Formats: sequence, C-alpha cells, structure tokens
Amino acid sequence: METPTTEILMPAKTPVDKTTVVTHIRHIKKSFGDLEVLRDISLELHQSENLVIIGRSGTGKSVLIKCMVGLIHADSGEIEVLGYNVPTLNEEKLNELRQQVGFSFQNSALYDSMTVRENLEFPLKRNLKIFDKKQLDELVITALKDVGLEKSINKKPSELSGGMKKRIGIARTLILKPKIMLYDEPTAGLDPITSTEINELILSVREKYHTSSIIITHDISCARQTSDRVIALVQGHNRAEGTFDELKSTTDPDLAPFFKY
Amino acid sequence: MKLRNFLLGLEDIFSFLKKILREIFRNWEWREILRQCYAVGNKSFFLVSFTAFLAGVVFTRQSRPSLSSFGAESWLPSLVSQAVIRSLGPLITGLICAGKLGSNIGAELASMKVTEQIDAMEVSGTRPFSYLVVTRVVATTLMLPILVVFADVVALMGSFLTVNMINNTGFKLYFNEVSTHIFYLDIFSSMIKALCFGFAIGFVSSYAGYNSENGTTGVGKSANTAVVISMLFIFILDLLTLQFINLFR
Repeated sequence: METPTTEILMPAKTPVDKTTVVTHIRHIKKSFGDLEVLRDISLELHQSENLVIIGRSGTGKSVLIKCMVGLIHADSGEIEVLGYNVPTLNEEKLNELRQQVGFSFQNSALYDSMTVRENLEFPLKRNLKIFDKKQLDELVITALKDVGLEKSINKKPSELSGGMKKRIGIARTLILKPKIMLYDEPTAGLDPITSTEINELILSVREKYHTSSIIITHDISCARQTSDRVIALVQGHNRAEGTFDELKSTTDPDLAPFFKY
Repeated sequence: MKLRNFLLGLEDIFSFLKKILREIFRNWEWREILRQCYAVGNKSFFLVSFTAFLAGVVFTRQSRPSLSSFGAESWLPSLVSQAVIRSLGPLITGLICAGKLGSNIGAELASMKVTEQIDAMEVSGTRPFSYLVVTRVVATTLMLPILVVFADVVALMGSFLTVNMINNTGFKLYFNEVSTHIFYLDIFSSMIKALCFGFAIGFVSSYAGYNSENGTTGVGKSANTAVVISMLFIFILDLLTLQFINLFR
C-alpha cells in the first residue's frame, strides 16, 4: 500500500480574524423522540479559526454540524452560515451554501463504486459543470497533491487504508474550494502517527485554502494540535469554552478526565 | 398511534413520488440514465430470455393435449401468442426484474445510505436524488418494455420450436397464425403493463433503499422489501391494467 507523501505545505499560521464571524449559532435544540440531544447550544466561528468541539460520544457533536448544512433540521434556534439563514433556505439556496462548506465524514464516505479520480471529479462535473478532461485532471491532481496522495488517483476506495480514505475524503471537499470545513471525528480509528498526519493536514488546509473549520473530536491530541479555541459539550450544553491550555486546567468533573489522557 | 404512523408513511411515499416527478422534468441526466439503462438490460437480459423461452415451451406442451382432445390443435399458435403477449411476457419479465433489479437497487442505495455516501453527495450540493433515484426509475421504466418485447419474441420462439419438433410445423405457417390473432390493442396493453411494472420496480426499490435505516441490518431489509413489494405491485398493476384495457375491447 502506498505511503502518503507528506510534503504537505506548512507555511506560517494565518491569524484568526475575530472581527469576521462566518457562522453564528444561537440557542439551537434538537431531540430525537424523547431523547434531547442538543439543549440550547450557541457558538460563533470566526474567519480562519479552527474551532474544536469536544465531548463524550452521544453529546450531539455530529448532530450540531449536520444541522449547519441542513442534513438534520434543528427543532428551534438560529443557524447562520456564511450569511445564509440555514433553517429557512429552499433547496436551491441550500445547495448554493453546501458548495461553500466542506464536510469530512467520520468514515470518509467515499463513493465505493468510483475510483479516487472519479470521486474527485464527481462534484466538479455535477456542481461546476466542468467536463474538459485537461481541466479536470489539473484540479484533481492539485487536490490530491495537497493531501499527499496523487499516486492513488486510479485506486478504488477498497484499496486504500483508513488514513488514506480520510485524506481523499478531505481532498474531495477541497476541490470545490470551500470557505468552511467541517471535520467529523477526523482521527477516529487511526493510529497515533496517522492521526498526527491528519492533524497536520487540517492545519495545512487552513493555511492554503484560508478556511475556517469546526473539528468534532474526542481525541484530545487532535484538539491540542489543531485548535485555536475549544468548546466542550456536556449533555447537549456548551459547558466550557476557551483555548486548549485554558481548558486543560479545568476542575469540572465532567471535563477534567478528558485532559488527563 | 399506528394509524398516525401509517398516514405519515403514506405521506412520505407520496412526497417521494412527487419529488421523482418534479425532478424528471427539471433535470434529464442523459449520461447516467443511459448507463443505468445499459445496466438494467445487461443484468436482466439472460435471465429474462431463459425464463421466457422455458415459459413458451412449457405453456405449449401443457396446452397441446387439451386442444388436441377438442381437435383444435391448429389454434395452438394463436392461444400461445395471446397468452404470451397479453399476460405471460409482461408478468414473467416483471417478476424476474423485480427480483434481479429490485434487490440490486434496494441494496445498492441502502448501503450508500448507511455508509453516508448519500449524505456526502447531499452536503456537496450534488443533488443525489436526481442522480441516484430518478435515473434508476427512468431506466427501469424505459427498459421494461424493451425486455418485454424481447421476452415475447423468445417465448414464441420456444413455442414454435416445440410445435416444430412435435408436428414439423413450418416457421412461416406458425407465425402467420400468430400474426392473424394478435391485435394492436394486445401489444398496447403489453406495453402499458411493462411501463407500469418498470416504474413500480424502480420506485419501490429506490424508496426502500434511499430510506434505509439501522445499519447493515437495514440493507438486507431494504433489499427484501424492494423485491417483495415490487412483486406485489406487479400483480396488483396487472389486474388494474387488465381492467383498464378491457374497457377498450
């Protein structure tokens, strides 16, 4: 199996622009039947910021970012992403927004009937109506180079390792040049070395594509490496907020065990 | 509660149908429709041919003794052709395709659903409904009539070979008999049935797969639902189209 070529770009860190808010979530609630998953969550994401959301499994972290792209409808509250008021969008406007937001799934969600090339070409053909082979090749190879996997272009997802799938999943979202990246458990199920490579990739994506990101994780080393700011969710509420170093010294009995690992 | 769930389920089915009809006229995805048509034809061609041939042979062998006892053996080509074109051809093709394509579409879409591939298409704004569902429904609707025509011809060939082996009846004589007893209305009814069966298979299988839940267990359940409900729909539609066509006889 091919090892990723990690000549991934690591330029100087782009400063967070705290004056520009790209996502504003106010008091959102979501229940599934009798189960209240999100109970009054509010947050802001700034331009060029990496916001990490940590919390135990089942606290609604993934539900929160799925609400941001209209995959799940919140029961109440306001969600404003890149100026779009998500709950009120019609299908056309929602698709317009979705093309500006990259979503990296926990299990990569690569289209398994297609090769890596076809996976990356798919959004270009369907969204941007690009059919010129030369242009497609150029865009696909650039995106694959950015994740260090240009040699895997003709492979099927079943031939890739977990880490490679994550990278290809990220490349597929980057190809549309998103303004916001949403990472759902980017390091879940990966060994520590591959996890570190993915964390570095997340940082390099921000630098190259000038994205703002929300990273959902319960991997504390991922939070430490990638975050500008951390929000801790406990039972559907945001319990604490701050930089990683600020939260590390918390005495909250629900959060302190996280930072011991 | 049960009634409420039933009504919500019905509402869901109707909104799925409405979405298909809206998307069909909004966006005609030629490339993917052609690919799906090829897949539908390619997957079912051999099985439909083989089954239709056997049906033609068996029906002829079973009908011949009864007709002989009335001295009406010469009616065999007209009896077989009317049975095949009016009912057997569409029914056999429909049932074979419901099994073969229904399970395929149901399982494929369900596994895409549980592995979040459909969500991934959704969040990148690539309109998966149009790409995955509408193209499959259109492909099954367009391909079933073609497969039915083919099945009819193969079944009649099976019947002819049987008659030829027993009575040494010539090709021209046999098909002259067939053509004098087949009317445009029979062919029309056969095509209407095929279109309805094709739409039902595509619609039911896509609905079962696209709305799959509960992980891998859901994939099996979706494939099963796709086949069973498609077959049930085929029998119901067979009866309804028969009643409809009888209005014109």
